[in-house]
Amino acid sequence: MYSHERPMSLLTECEPAQTAVFAPPQSEPVIQLENVSVRYRVPHERIPSFKEYTIRWLRRKIVYDEFWALKDVSLQVRRGEAFGIIGPNGAGKSTLLKVAARVLRPTRGRVRVRGRIAPLLELGAGFDVELTGRENVFLNGAILGYTRSDVAARFDRIVDFAGVRDFIDAPLRTYSTGMVARLGFAVATDVQPDLLIVDEVLAVGDAEFQKKSSERIEGFRANGATILMVSHNLAAVQTMCQRAVWLERGTVQATGPSAEVVKLYQPETRPL
Amino acid sequence: MKTQIPTIDYDSAAHRLPVLGELTELVRYRDLLGLMVINIIKTRYKRSALGVLWTLLNPLLNMAVLTIAFSTLFRFSVKNYPVYILAGLICWNFFVQTTTYAMNSLVWGGGLLKRVYIPRTIFSVASTGNGLANLGLALIPLVVIMLVMGHPLYATWWFLPIAVLLLAMFALGVALFMSTLAVFFTDVVDMYQVLLQAWFFLTPVMYPKDILPAQYVQHLYLNPLYNLLELFRVPIYQGWLPGPNTILAAAASAMVSLLVGWYVFTRKADEFAYRM
Repeated sequence: MYSHERPMSLLTECEPAQTAVFAPPQSEPVIQLENVSVRYRVPHERIPSFKEYTIRWLRRKIVYDEFWALKDVSLQVRRGEAFGIIGPNGAGKSTLLKVAARVLRPTRGRVRVRGRIAPLLELGAGFDVELTGRENVFLNGAILGYTRSDVAARFDRIVDFAGVRDFIDAPLRTYSTGMVARLGFAVATDVQPDLLIVDEVLAVGDAEFQKKSSERIEGFRANGATILMVSHNLAAVQTMCQRAVWLERGTVQATGPSAEVVKLYQPETRPL
Repeated sequence: MKTQIPTIDYDSAAHRLPVLGELTELVRYRDLLGLMVINIIKTRYKRSALGVLWTLLNPLLNMAVLTIAFSTLFRFSVKNYPVYILAGLICWNFFVQTTTYAMNSLVWGGGLLKRVYIPRTIFSVASTGNGLANLGLALIPLVVIMLVMGHPLYATWWFLPIAVLLLAMFALGVALFMSTLAVFFTDVVDMYQVLLQAWFFLTPVMYPKDILPAQYVQHLYLNPLYNLLELFRVPIYQGWLPGPNTILAAAASAMVSLLVGWYVFTRKADEFAYRM
């Protein structure tokens, strides 16, 4: 377990080795998780009917399957740092992001998040296929908490980045999947946030757009945005993140500099 | 250009009353609320040829059907029956539309709550906003019918905003309460339709209350929708203001409904994302 902080340069060669990107250990925490546990309680059998439920409740016969998606997780992400979450499927990585993005309230423990947040958990949340691209940009912007005038001011830049200018007044149902994803990405990332929560959505659209989008994220990082990301791409975690956490069945296996956490995690997943 | 990214200071352990916290969040997301109301109206008629005209046609056609069916029955007791029934239907449709849409939008559209944070009450509030917009539009055919039938447009119309406000509060409360139930038990949506059917026949929407047996009429004030309906219809149809008892009873039921609905909903709202 690595709880001590060691300054460590994980920058790629192309960037000057300066400290602007690296968050000093003293910088204030943007995300704090204190003993966070998340429990999903699933009725053992599905009881969709109210009548059934009442009868069973009266007989005290409702059996729940309890599933702890996160168990006693504590971690801090500091201002300006890129923090990776790694682990196998079902380890609780996405749940952790959802807790940080305020979508799920933890069953136990405490979460604190401060700053201007841009969740990239789901691109184009709330997109309505019957509405036009233009209407969806405003809708999605409002869902992310932007004001109407703010989206209006940034509208052209969003549309140009997504490259859907010619179709902007056509209903979204006429868009290709790639176009929808590009538009979602463009709305969510148009302005530099303090905190970016990313769930492996970097691979959006075609090769050209993927390049554009990862450049944008990289730019945010270089400008000092805090990034919390989930990825199965261990190499990407190593190059992008200063620190990382390895989750396994909801519990923290290791926290520390990303290279070391990845190294610890790797032997287990590498096929023999 | 200074960009307004929403800045948050979120602390899951801060036990602000969720009852009040939700209200602040709703104000913060007011632009989303406005868009949702507009989009409900837009998408609803997007593929239909007559578009938003349906909002006007719907109550009119309803009225026509009921008038044909019942006017012979009540011809002698109700003067200008179409005015009577249309005023009643506008009120009733608002309640049904608001509550039903709120439940459905949370049950079917609430998947959004699993993906991004938005204030949870927004579904019910947007649904109420949509209901209010439709109610406003439905007043147009009402006035037309009144002019055609020569029914006077009384000065007591000024009372309608108060009546509508209380009606909206009551409907929002019921919408919040029923939505909470519907998240946990999907079949509540169907149960509610049956309940509404019974409620419709127990409330003098399409018939005059005098045809009810006397022992029931004296308990009619126990039906909150009856009081709210009177508040709305009496100024339009009779041209006088509803009695103070009716106003008090309607205000009380609106208040209780909204407080209970809001309380229950906000207390349970954190569990929704787990249930969707």
